[in-house]
Amino acid sequence: MSRQAISAKGLTRCFGDFMAVDHLNLNIEEKTIFGFLGPNGSGKSTTLRMLTGLLTPSQGDVRVLGLEIPKESEALRQRLGYMTQKFSLYDDLSVEENLKFMAQIFNLPGREVNKRIDSQLTTYGLDQRRKRMTGSLSGGQRQRLALAAATLHKPELLLLDEPTSAVDPQNRRDFWETLFDLCDQGVTILVSTHYMDEAERCHSLAILEGGIKQAEGSPKQLMADMQARVLEVDGTELRLVREALTARPEILSSAQQGARLRVLITNTISEPEVWLRSQWPEEMKDRTIERVRPSLEDVFVHCTQQRRQ
Amino acid sequence: MEKLSTLSGMTNSLQRIASILMKELRQLSRDRATFAMIVIIPLIELLLFGFAINTDVREIPVTAVDNSRTYFSRALMDALEATQVIRIVRQDARPQGAEEALKSGKVRAALIIPSDFIQRLNDGRTGAQWLIDGSDPMISSAILKLQTMPFRATAGIQPESSGALFKIVLYYNPEQRSVVNIVPGLVGVILTMTMIMFTSAALVRERERGNLELLIATPVHPIELMIGKIIPYIFVGFIQTGIIMSLGHLIFDVPFVGSIIQMLLATMLFISASLTLGLIISTIAETQLQASQMTIFILLPSILLSGFMFPFEGMPIAAQWLSELLPATHYMRLMRGIILRGAELQGMTTDAVYLGAFTIGGLVVAAKRFKKSLD
Repeated sequence: MSRQAISAKGLTRCFGDFMAVDHLNLNIEEKTIFGFLGPNGSGKSTTLRMLTGLLTPSQGDVRVLGLEIPKESEALRQRLGYMTQKFSLYDDLSVEENLKFMAQIFNLPGREVNKRIDSQLTTYGLDQRRKRMTGSLSGGQRQRLALAAATLHKPELLLLDEPTSAVDPQNRRDFWETLFDLCDQGVTILVSTHYMDEAERCHSLAILEGGIKQAEGSPKQLMADMQARVLEVDGTELRLVREALTARPEILSSAQQGARLRVLITNTISEPEVWLRSQWPEEMKDRTIERVRPSLEDVFVHCTQQRRQ
Repeated sequence: MEKLSTLSGMTNSLQRIASILMKELRQLSRDRATFAMIVIIPLIELLLFGFAINTDVREIPVTAVDNSRTYFSRALMDALEATQVIRIVRQDARPQGAEEALKSGKVRAALIIPSDFIQRLNDGRTGAQWLIDGSDPMISSAILKLQTMPFRATAGIQPESSGALFKIVLYYNPEQRSVVNIVPGLVGVILTMTMIMFTSAALVRERERGNLELLIATPVHPIELMIGKIIPYIFVGFIQTGIIMSLGHLIFDVPFVGSIIQMLLATMLFISASLTLGLIISTIAETQLQASQMTIFILLPSILLSGFMFPFEGMPIAAQWLSELLPATHYMRLMRGIILRGAELQGMTTDAVYLGAFTIGGLVVAAKRFKKSLD
C-alpha cells in the first residue's frame, strides 16, 4: 500500500454566501499524477490554493506530505512546487534571471545554482533563450519556464493550476512528457484542467462541478462505470434532429461532431437504438445509429449535466 | 546546534533579501518611465516652486529675555502679545539661551529687553532688540512690521518721534529670499511623493501581475520581502535629495550652514518613514491606480499643511494637529533647522524621534497586514 501525498476530509471554502468548495474528500497517492477536471468556476483553483496553504479552508482537515495545512504550510513551502494559473514570473527579467531569483528565494546553495539552472534550461529546451526577456517568450516557452522554475528546488509535490491553457497541442504533448518524467523521478503531481486530452493522461482524476466532487477514479474506470450509453447518429440536418431530442429527460446530452450527432442516453433504457427509432421515427429514418465507447468528455458531460438538471 | 541553525537561517534570510534587492534594481533600470521620473520630478518642481511661491501670520512663537524687569518691559511684552502677531512661549534668562531656542526651532524670534530699557527710551535711543529666524521671510516680515508699533505714547514716554523702538537682527536669511526656505522643504515634498508612490506601486504591481501568488507560495517571509523592496528606494531618495540640494545651492545660492551628515541622517529617517507609509498603502490598495490615488491623498496635506508653503504658525489649530501627524512636517523642520540654522538632531529630538517611531510602527502594521495568504 503506497502512502498518501495529500489527504483532505470535508474540505470546504466559502466566499460570503458562495460555496466554492463543498465538503471535498481527497486521497492522492504518492508518485502519481492526479487530475482535477472541471469547468471554469468549479472550485479547482480554490482547492489547489487551500492545499498549498494560500487560502485558509472554512472547514475541513488537510494533510499534505504529512504536514497539517494551513498550520504547517511554511514547512511545506520548501517541498512544494506551485505553478499558478496566470503566468507569475517577471516579464521584465530574462529567463536566466528569473530562475536565479527563484533559486535564491529557495536558498539553493550558491555553487549548485548555476549547475541546476543549466540543467533545467536544457531539460526544458530553453538553453538557447537564457538571455531573452521573459515577456517576449511564446506561450509554450513561458509554460516551460514556469515549470522549470517550479521544479528548480526539486519539490516532492507539484501543483499545476491549468498549466497548458495557453499552449498549442504539440507543446502540450511535450509538456506532459516532462510531467511523466518528473513522476518517474518520484514527484507527486496534482494538475487542474478543463481539457479532456489532458485529463485522460492522469493516473486518476476527480471531476469537480460547483465545488462538489461528481466522480473519481482512473479515466478508464470512469468511462467504464458511466451510467449512460453513447450513440452516434449520422446524416444531414443534424441540428433539427438535435432540437427534437433535447426535450426528453432520457436524453442526457447531444452534441454534433462533424457529420455525426453524439447522443448520451440514460442507461434506464435497455435498447437505446430501438428506443430512439421508436420515439422519433420521422427524424431517424434513413440514418445509421451506432453504439460507441464512451469518451472522457461523455463522462464529464454526464457528470456535470446531471447536476444542472 | 541551535546557534548554527539560527546562523544559517540568517544567511538564508540575507540571501533572499539580496535576491529581491537585485531583482528590484534590475526591474527599476528597465522601467525607463520611472527612471526618468526620479530625475525629472525634482528638477521641474524645484524650478516651479523655487521661482513661483510666495503670503498674514499670527501667534509666532517667540522667547523673551527681560533684563529690565520693570513695569515698562512687561508693558512692552503685553503690547506685543496684544498685536497677536507673536506669542511669548518662553522666557530666557540670558540671550545665549534665547539663541539656542532659536537655532533648535523652538521659537522663531527672540525679544531682548536690555536692563537700561527705560533709560534708552527716555534718551530716544533704540529700546529693545529682536533676533529673528529669517529663514521664512513670511515670519520675519510679520515681525518687522512690529517696528511701527506705537509704544512710547501709550507708555507715556516722550519724545515719541525719536529713535526706533526695536533694533532688528535677522539670523540665517538676511536677504529675505523665499527660495532659501523653499528648497530644503522641497526635498520633503518630493521625497513624500516619490517614496510613497514607488513603494506602494512596487508591491501592488506584483499583485496585479500575479507575481505575488507565486512569491507567497515560496519560503520568503513578508518582512524579508518588504525590506528587499524598500532598500533600492532608499538610494533613490538620496539621489533626489542630492539633486535638489546641490542645484539649490548652485542655482539659488541656498546656504548650507549645518552638517551634511546631520542632513543625511534626517533624510534617512524621513525616507524610511515615507517608505513604510508606501508599504502600508500597498497592503490596502488593490491596483496601481488606487495606490497612486492614496499617495496623492497623503501628498496634498504634506504640501499644504507641513509648513512647506505656508508658515505652520499661520494655520488653524486643527490643521496644526493634523500636520503634526505627517512625517513631512517633522522632516521639513529638521531640514530647515540643519541646513539654514546649523541645528543638530540632538536639539530637535521630538521631530527625529517621531520619524523613527513612525517607521517602526509602520513596518509592524505593514507586515501584519501583509499576510502570506490570499484570504
